Amino acid sequence: MATPRIRLPRSASEGEEIEVRTLIDHPMITAVSTSDPRDMLATFAVTMNGETVFTYDFGNGSAANPTFTFYVRAAAPGDFSFVWTHEDGTEYLADESVAIS
Amino acid sequence: MTTFTRRSFGALIGATLAAPGLVRAQTAGRLVIVGGGFGGASATRFARINYPEVEVTLVEPWPTFVTCPYGNLILGGNRTLPEITHSYDGLRARGVNVVQDRAADIDPVAKTVSLESGTVLDYDKLIVSPGIGFRWDAIEGYDEAASQVFPHAWMGGDGSQITLLRQQLEAMPQGGVFGISIPGNPFRCPPGPYERISMVAQYLKQNNPTAKILAFDAKDGFSKQGLFQDAWGELYGDMIEWIPLSADGQIVRVDVENKLFISDFGEEHRVDVGNVVPPQYAASIVRDTGLANETGWVPVNARTFESAAAADVHVIGDANIASPLPKSGYVANSTSKTAVAAALADVTGPEAPSDPVYFNTCYSHGGEDYSFSVVGIYRTTDEGFVETPDSGGISPRGPLSELAENRRLESGYADAWYESITRDMFS
Repeated sequence: MATPRIRLPRSASEGEEIEVRTLIDHPMITAVSTSDPRDMLATFAVTMNGETVFTYDFGNGSAANPTFTFYVRAAAPGDFSFVWTHEDGTEYLADESVAIS
Repeated sequence: MTTFTRRSFGALIGATLAAPGLVRAQTAGRLVIVGGGFGGASATRFARINYPEVEVTLVEPWPTFVTCPYGNLILGGNRTLPEITHSYDGLRARGVNVVQDRAADIDPVAKTVSLESGTVLDYDKLIVSPGIGFRWDAIEGYDEAASQVFPHAWMGGDGSQITLLRQQLEAMPQGGVFGISIPGNPFRCPPGPYERISMVAQYLKQNNPTAKILAFDAKDGFSKQGLFQDAWGELYGDMIEWIPLSADGQIVRVDVENKLFISDFGEEHRVDVGNVVPPQYAASIVRDTGLANETGWVPVNARTFESAAAADVHVIGDANIASPLPKSGYVANSTSKTAVAAALADVTGPEAPSDPVYFNTCYSHGGEDYSFSVVGIYRTTDEGFVETPDSGGISPRGPLSELAENRRLESGYADAWYESITRDMFS
């Protein structure tokens, strides 16, 4: 559970728009209609070279195994950091880099 | 002196000399049918019986027909290849001109079908039931050559694919991994991959009980999902793991040399036996002739199955776009009769049915004496095909202790369905 998966190109040409895709295994149990204990991710944050690309707040409408696809312009080599934070404070981390060729 | 009518004369000659060619000479029109599977063979037999004055020619490249339905039972060990192989002799005996050849081109203006051998057939009405083609480019590394390592076993052909898969299953090391890659919709036989998983599990449970099945799916849900997953849990414990799209289940690349399935997010899964059900579109004959649209499938009139792109060409079976009707053998059979009636209405009459009804029943085998089904009834509106509300249904779910007799009975019904539909095609 909670295995982050990232897909992005290993390298890009300068100024190229690259596709970044993320997926994390997570049941996202709201406990709204079941007696299972609540088990939800709270936020997802992406940074590139320390700068925020975006953050996202999950809610009860978020499905299991949340996935994101977004596009970033590669102006320079990018060190990406992906952080999913559970409502209980646990963090799930992944790091990936894109080289400029 | 005896007076022969055209028809009785033909019938007499046919009966005496067993010369169907002479029967065919008595003709009110020429119906050519391309493809001798569930759609085409059913259309052929229906036309031959109900329109005796029409000359019927069936073009089919294979000398016999291996059904995809019940093919999975070869894997499970409940059927052998000869038991699901059918001859066209029954149709020949009815006076059908069965041509063993492949249709290479259709000219809807000249109304001809060119065959690979060079023969050109003239038609008044054409029914095309060519089945599916594989998108060999869709999964990187999966081409026709790769299917000799990772079989698809998703076209009957000469039966070599399902036989290869069975042989690989038998040769699999104890405790090995059977991997299957399942495409997104639409594809031939929506519950088929899951019945396959069940039948592989049935084989492994008896012969290789520590083996695992990894089912990689490009979807997050599937046909009869609850029933299948109940069966898997009840019969095979934790042998089967289903990995849906949202858990990175989509396989985008295969490496046949190293026996790897590679997921969309780059995860490599090593398998001992790999079965790739490739993404699909309609067979090449309808794509190359402009009958298929940009989806790769053929739009048709829901009441007549006439192609939206060509008059007097009716396309049935898996190749057409008939959602919500599933791409099943039963639907191909059920719709073939309406297509024949519609095609021949202005050749011989009577008028085509104005409010046709189509049926689907799809049995799946979860295990020994354990089957279940889904039934659908469909009609048409001016917009297309619609499922009849509150019709059909699906087998009940519940603990096996309560449903064992139901599952056992459905297993028998499934066998009877197979006997009955193949008779309706080939006898």
